[in-house]
Amino acid sequence: MGNARSISTIAMAIALVSAPALVAQTYPSGTDARNGLKYGRLDAGTAMNGMRLVSFTPKAAEFDSLRGLTFVNSDLAFRGNYVYQGNFSGFSIWDVSNPSKPAKVSVVSCVTSQGDPSIVGNLLFVSAEGGGNRSDCAKGGVENPRDHMAGVRIYDVADPRNPKLIKNVQTCKGSHTHTVIPSPTDKGILYIYVSGSQGARPDSVLAGCKEGEDPADETNSMYRLDVIKVPLANPSQAEVVTGARIFTGMTPAARRSGGRGGRAGGERGAAGADSGGAGAARPIPQYGPRNCHDVSAYPAMNLLAGACGSYGLLVDISNPEKPVRLDAAADTNFSLWHTAVFSNDGSKVVFTDEWGGGTSPNCQATHMLEMGGNTTLTISADKKFKQHAYFKLPSAQTAQENCVSHNGGLVPVPGRDIMVQGWYQGGVDVIDFTDPDRPFEIAYFDRGPVDAPPAPGDTAAGAMGRGRGSIGGSWGAYWYNGLIYSSEMARGLDILELVPSAHLSANEIAAAKLVRMDEFNPQSQPKIVWPAAFPVVRSYLDQLVRGNGLPAARTTAIANALTAAERQTGAARGRALSALATQLHRDMNGAKDAARVHAMAGAVEALAAISK
Amino acid sequence: MNRFNARGATAAILFLSLAVVACARATPELPAPLETPAPAPAPAASMADHQHMPGMAMPTIPKGALYTAADVHFMQGMIAHHGQAIHMSRLAASRGANPRLLRFATKIDQSQAGEILLMQGWLRAHSQVAPGMESWRTMSMPGMLTAEQLAGLDAAKGAEFDRLFLVLMIKHHEGALRMVADLLATPRAAQDVDVSVLANDVEVTQSAEIAIMQQMLADL
Repeated sequence: MGNARSISTIAMAIALVSAPALVAQTYPSGTDARNGLKYGRLDAGTAMNGMRLVSFTPKAAEFDSLRGLTFVNSDLAFRGNYVYQGNFSGFSIWDVSNPSKPAKVSVVSCVTSQGDPSIVGNLLFVSAEGGGNRSDCAKGGVENPRDHMAGVRIYDVADPRNPKLIKNVQTCKGSHTHTVIPSPTDKGILYIYVSGSQGARPDSVLAGCKEGEDPADETNSMYRLDVIKVPLANPSQAEVVTGARIFTGMTPAARRSGGRGGRAGGERGAAGADSGGAGAARPIPQYGPRNCHDVSAYPAMNLLAGACGSYGLLVDISNPEKPVRLDAAADTNFSLWHTAVFSNDGSKVVFTDEWGGGTSPNCQATHMLEMGGNTTLTISADKKFKQHAYFKLPSAQTAQENCVSHNGGLVPVPGRDIMVQGWYQGGVDVIDFTDPDRPFEIAYFDRGPVDAPPAPGDTAAGAMGRGRGSIGGSWGAYWYNGLIYSSEMARGLDILELVPSAHLSANEIAAAKLVRMDEFNPQSQPKIVWPAAFPVVRSYLDQLVRGNGLPAARTTAIANALTAAERQTGAARGRALSALATQLHRDMNGAKDAARVHAMAGAVEALAAISK
Repeated sequence: MNRFNARGATAAILFLSLAVVACARATPELPAPLETPAPAPAPAASMADHQHMPGMAMPTIPKGALYTAADVHFMQGMIAHHGQAIHMSRLAASRGANPRLLRFATKIDQSQAGEILLMQGWLRAHSQVAPGMESWRTMSMPGMLTAEQLAGLDAAKGAEFDRLFLVLMIKHHEGALRMVADLLATPRAAQDVDVSVLANDVEVTQSAEIAIMQQMLADL
């Protein structure tokens, strides 16, 4: 991206986001139902609110072990009735046609940490990063560095009972996660943005790789996301075609000190070192992002949110081979910008901070609420970030439970911005972020720790590290075609269903269930479109009642008008709805929440149009 | 890192000033200090060369294991490295650190205490010697403070403490990155997935924290 356009983006990128928001959140004081749950891997106590557990299915025998992270489940992808569940040692395919009894279709053993999956048609893509991943999938580690598989594995899963590995696409830095982005111009082409924070392998191991310090060096493997281009009809031709140099201008100087040839950093840094008693002036190198942990694409909006080191990035992906950074946000409370979820209208994005990397118990009552949680950023019309409130799981967890904000996606309730999210052993949380300054929890599911706490005075258990607890919990939780699927690292697959509560009505849940997808990869967010239907209209009405957006006399009258219209059929229903829509436009005048009334009028008109 | 150039510096300082205001509004309740676990049998000798671990001895690696002596040394050495960072961080409260620095120091304390438990758990699960929280007093790893630097930090107060803490903690974090780089450059090392994930987390977190500390240093 060494062109004139990238230079013009530099000035934009350095206009850092405004002040971190006020923290208003506190942990609940003692009455939370998630406190004190019984430990156990398969018989832990559970607590839930606003949702019910439809089914829990234990891991396949191949992965059924608690040996550290070797066999933990990772992320999910969805297509038709199949759920694809990554694992550090392979992946599982589940048939969820009957969600109360998911059927194991196949289990592929192939050492592939961390195993982040995406499904596009009959192709399953799986991220490989760990040092022990081999090209031939076998256990036992890598003897010859040339056998190391770090990149994206491509499987043909046309027959889900018999997945076939068709290609290992090697990348210089491996793939911690990846994001699929369809070509905006060619249906036969898929791009894969590869994220990961490792350094580059040497050229002697993988030709063309170079770990350099100069961000402007086009041959440098660093300071870029590798972009794989996949011809969908001929996936064995998939290859790295370019690098998304979305950091250009953010890192003017060397990243590392200590003999890597970096040039001096800022004057003040150097002066600080000098007077720090360290002897001669020692330049402090400037550290900037060289990579992202994860990027979330919203192809319908041509946007991408990158979680990159100590930055959240906003990127234009109109041309996936030449992305352009639009803005960057930093926050000293966030040390590991991890992943992002856009609101459906693209005006907000929730970024997460994976403080501690997911293996630490960072939701204890002693932990700061503005670290290891979410923050909501709004995106202005000219595509600039503004940071708003933090949100952290409002339930203090134990020292046995690894917990921090992790992966999630939208729950498609019309008129609101709601997401469901995995918090490792903090459980599954459903959060309303409609008001970016006041995010709040509307439902949760939680289990007790995998492991027992050490008994009082049991120093032997403490000495064996038992006090630390096994790693487990929800890696990611996603809404897909009416239900919530959560990948439990240590345990298996959870399927949950939202149930009505004060925060979420039956109509809102019914409207969300009307949204159907053929395929869903959480890091490549689809645009949600609601069909014309009574639950959609009634969702807006319920929201107007809940928020006093219209006087009670009007909401009652509208409810009655809807009931009457629904009893009619054909053109008579259409006429009744059209009349209601006209009335709703009048109701907007002076309404406390005119925008919602307007949205409801639109939903009524859409319903009238199909009532013939 | 946010001081890309003169224009960047202005933007960054504006941002940081606002951040200080926000932080001052939201001063957290500080957690009680974590309980210090009983130290493991302390190594007798101090180490000049981190490649050799007197007192840690040469680890016995079972046949067929995915991990190597370098992995064991990395985990043992990083416990000591983290232990010193925690010691430095716990000075902040009594040395009059500014609220923002105090929050950051508390974060380092909480982050690295969690990782020490993780590393000790891994070492014990593999029947290796697991150093204790205080092992930094007798082990030396890249970036760790000399006795003189430590005494300087210990004696510093207020703004001088803040500045010295940042300068020394940046150096300390750079040492951790060096340890990760050394591990990854060692043949057959970091193939055990727990070691690999931990090394990656150290790399990612501490790189980002160095950037944050550079911002804080620029803002002093």
